[in-house]
Amino acid sequence: MVIAEELAKKQREISISEFFVKNRHLLGFDNPRKALLTTVKEAVDNSLDACEESKILPELYIEINSITDERYNIIIEDNGPGIVKNQIPKIFAKLLYGSKFHTMKQSRGQQGIGISAAAMYGQLTTGKSTKITSKIGSKSKANYYELHLDTRTNEPEIVKEEVVEWAKTQGTRVELEIEAKYQKGKQSVDDYLRQVAIANPYATIIYKTPEKKKIVYERATDELPKQAKEIKPHPYGIELGMLIKMLKSTKGRTLQAFFSKDFTRVSAKIAKIICDKAGVDIKKKPFDVSREEADRIFKSIKETKIMAPPTNCLSPIGEESIIKGLKKEIKADFYGAVTRSPSVYRGNPFQIEAGIAYGGEIPSEDTITLIRFANRVPLLYQQSACSATKGVINTNWRNYGLSQSRGALPSGPVYLFVHIVSVWVPFTSESKEAIAHYPEIIKQIKLALQDVGRKLGGYIRKNIRAKEQREKANLFEAYIPELASSLAKLSNEKKEKIEKNLKIKLKKDLPILIRNGQEE
Amino acid sequence: MVKKNKPKEALVKLGKDVVKQVSKKQNPVIDIPIRALSNVSFDKKTRTLKLGDKTSQRYFFNVSHAKKFLQTVEVASVSKSLLNSGKHASLRDVFYMVKRTIPKTKVNLVDDQSESDSVIEDLELVLDKSREQLNINANKNGSVSGDVIINDKGDTIDWGRMGSGGWSIPSNVEEIKFKKVKAKYLLYMEKAAVWERLHEDKYWEKQKCIIMCSQGQATRGVRRLLERLHREYKLPVYVLTDMDPWGIYIYSVLKYGSISLAHISEKLAIPDMKYLGITVDDIRNYKLEKHLIKFKDTDRSRLKQISKYDWFTKSKEWQRQFKMLKELDAKAEIQALSSRGISFISDKYLPEKIKKKDFLD
Repeated sequence: MVIAEELAKKQREISISEFFVKNRHLLGFDNPRKALLTTVKEAVDNSLDACEESKILPELYIEINSITDERYNIIIEDNGPGIVKNQIPKIFAKLLYGSKFHTMKQSRGQQGIGISAAAMYGQLTTGKSTKITSKIGSKSKANYYELHLDTRTNEPEIVKEEVVEWAKTQGTRVELEIEAKYQKGKQSVDDYLRQVAIANPYATIIYKTPEKKKIVYERATDELPKQAKEIKPHPYGIELGMLIKMLKSTKGRTLQAFFSKDFTRVSAKIAKIICDKAGVDIKKKPFDVSREEADRIFKSIKETKIMAPPTNCLSPIGEESIIKGLKKEIKADFYGAVTRSPSVYRGNPFQIEAGIAYGGEIPSEDTITLIRFANRVPLLYQQSACSATKGVINTNWRNYGLSQSRGALPSGPVYLFVHIVSVWVPFTSESKEAIAHYPEIIKQIKLALQDVGRKLGGYIRKNIRAKEQREKANLFEAYIPELASSLAKLSNEKKEKIEKNLKIKLKKDLPILIRNGQEE
Repeated sequence: MVKKNKPKEALVKLGKDVVKQVSKKQNPVIDIPIRALSNVSFDKKTRTLKLGDKTSQRYFFNVSHAKKFLQTVEVASVSKSLLNSGKHASLRDVFYMVKRTIPKTKVNLVDDQSESDSVIEDLELVLDKSREQLNINANKNGSVSGDVIINDKGDTIDWGRMGSGGWSIPSNVEEIKFKKVKAKYLLYMEKAAVWERLHEDKYWEKQKCIIMCSQGQATRGVRRLLERLHREYKLPVYVLTDMDPWGIYIYSVLKYGSISLAHISEKLAIPDMKYLGITVDDIRNYKLEKHLIKFKDTDRSRLKQISKYDWFTKSKEWQRQFKMLKELDAKAEIQALSSRGISFISDKYLPEKIKKKDFLD
């Protein structure tokens, strides 16, 4: 086992950077256009995560400058807590370095791969180093770094290091030069930042486009979402490999201690059941557990009934903020949102939120626009592979007043917002573009969509009803003078009197009339 | 229904009734007898179709009735003004007199003539007055010739001296006075072309009869004229149509009345009339087998419907015809007789059938 472990270490150290070079599509650098988006996205993710963790209302500045048609300079600046000096090189120039991978906590990034991958991509395509400025408070000065990444050793190379003056109280500024292509429209940086603004209505985002246009997304609320809590993993949520790794590195001296300290929801009693079933002594040192024993423990976990993990660790956007976010960026007649109560897939707590905007300036001819988010990050690619899309297609929107062909997204003037919040969002691939198809997740997505669907349906019906009421009332009003004049001619009575009486009757009966008319 | 009064009085009364409801702040309503198969039955005694007493209520303050209610009152007031001025209007005229866009809306009071026609039929029932009494006439469509002299609005007309077109039957024949009627029977045919053939052959002169036609279903004027001659001069009436479900139904309407006009069956139906031809037997007897027209699906399904009508199910003779027709799966037009010679119909077929009294009842 020691050999196997050694081997695992080596593989990790040797190949990560090279692996990236060969498989950059897995991380979202498939083509120049997507690379631009991914770079902005990783930096924005980090900035927002950092601000939220420090309870700072985020203020982001993004600038993209075109050097040539294929080369762009990107600047992302935030007002976050800043990064302590000696951490800067590792965070930006070492792959898989970060605080997020080992914790079970809802955050945007989860692998610690994003921004350093962007830095490496820049280095590989342009040869330029990544420039970082960071300041941790008004009392200290800012640290400036120019960094390179050694692709063989996966270690940072400091090209330049100095202390500089920076007018900002605190924050971080990242500047990269990468091979990229700027395009507008769907799946563009512009589109991405607009969606970020919707899902993060407490952030102000200022964006200077390559065309030197300044776009400001003002914050719509000063309320930060509640802090997400870190939780220990739930036994149902781990893979065998993960279990083995945890066994090797735990501080617990016995399996009993290992289970109760390193996992959530495993009591002494449950730990005993697991170990008994696996035929492994509960007093055994975790480090000494063999591969076969680990395998038996893994199976035994699956067969043991364990309480679902706590779900109060999640931090959804909230119905009110979703509506604020939608209102701010989309001019519509009706807004609705729902935050489902948390649920669990494979031991991982998750929560689904949905929002809807209808009518107004949203074009009505085409299929609806679906915007997907995972932990507040917009998902722009692989829409058709995503369980959010599946949930939308499997919902019968005709019940809610939209038209929909079989197996397709509904049509109508609608922006549909679907958000999954989780300590571990299951993506279909490392580039984090589509939510994997777990039945529990699809079920919750559908329930959330049905909730907002009902709200929409109510609005559409009420609106149509109100419109019909007005039309019908108008119709009677128009008919009355006609009837009065015909009746007057027929009966030799006075037209004015007939008309007056009909109008009195109409005023009195209109509500009943319209109700009866609808029942027919 | 309302007690017998003059048409104009009936109209004014209808108006006053509605106004009374309006001044009581009630929802104005007109009771309308239902004209549908569900409210029509075959009266075995008179052997005609009779309208039942089911009515429907037409309200003004009802989203789905309002327009129809307005149409009803409007047509009634048009009729009243016609009666006031002593003028007559056609169904088409009435449609245009009523048709307009209601101010402040995009709604037309009537969009199609069928709407005003239907309201006129409703009014006939509501007022117990015929369309003609309301000074509304159908299009005239029919010719007659024979040794008959009549007086129509002061003009004396000899049906034997009307040239090749014959006398054109007006839509309203109520005021006609018969001066001379010299005929042994009355022959009605479905087709104007056949009538022209017989007229050219001077069939009515040779056979001492009256020949009359309309095109397709007989108009009311034609039916009233048939009925009056039959009743007032005890003339037997024979009908000549194509042998197909449509021809048979023309005969059925003339004899028993129609569903939509069941309320005036006693004025229109002639239960004693006989069906002269073409019969399925005629097809064999006169060797017309090679001059048939194959049935279409609509013919077959209509035949099935007709054979189930109350008044046909009791008749063995007719059931036999239906059965043979079904087996034949083809129709015989009257003009098929021309295959035997252009005047075969007037020289041979008709005289022979009438002499043998070879009729269906």
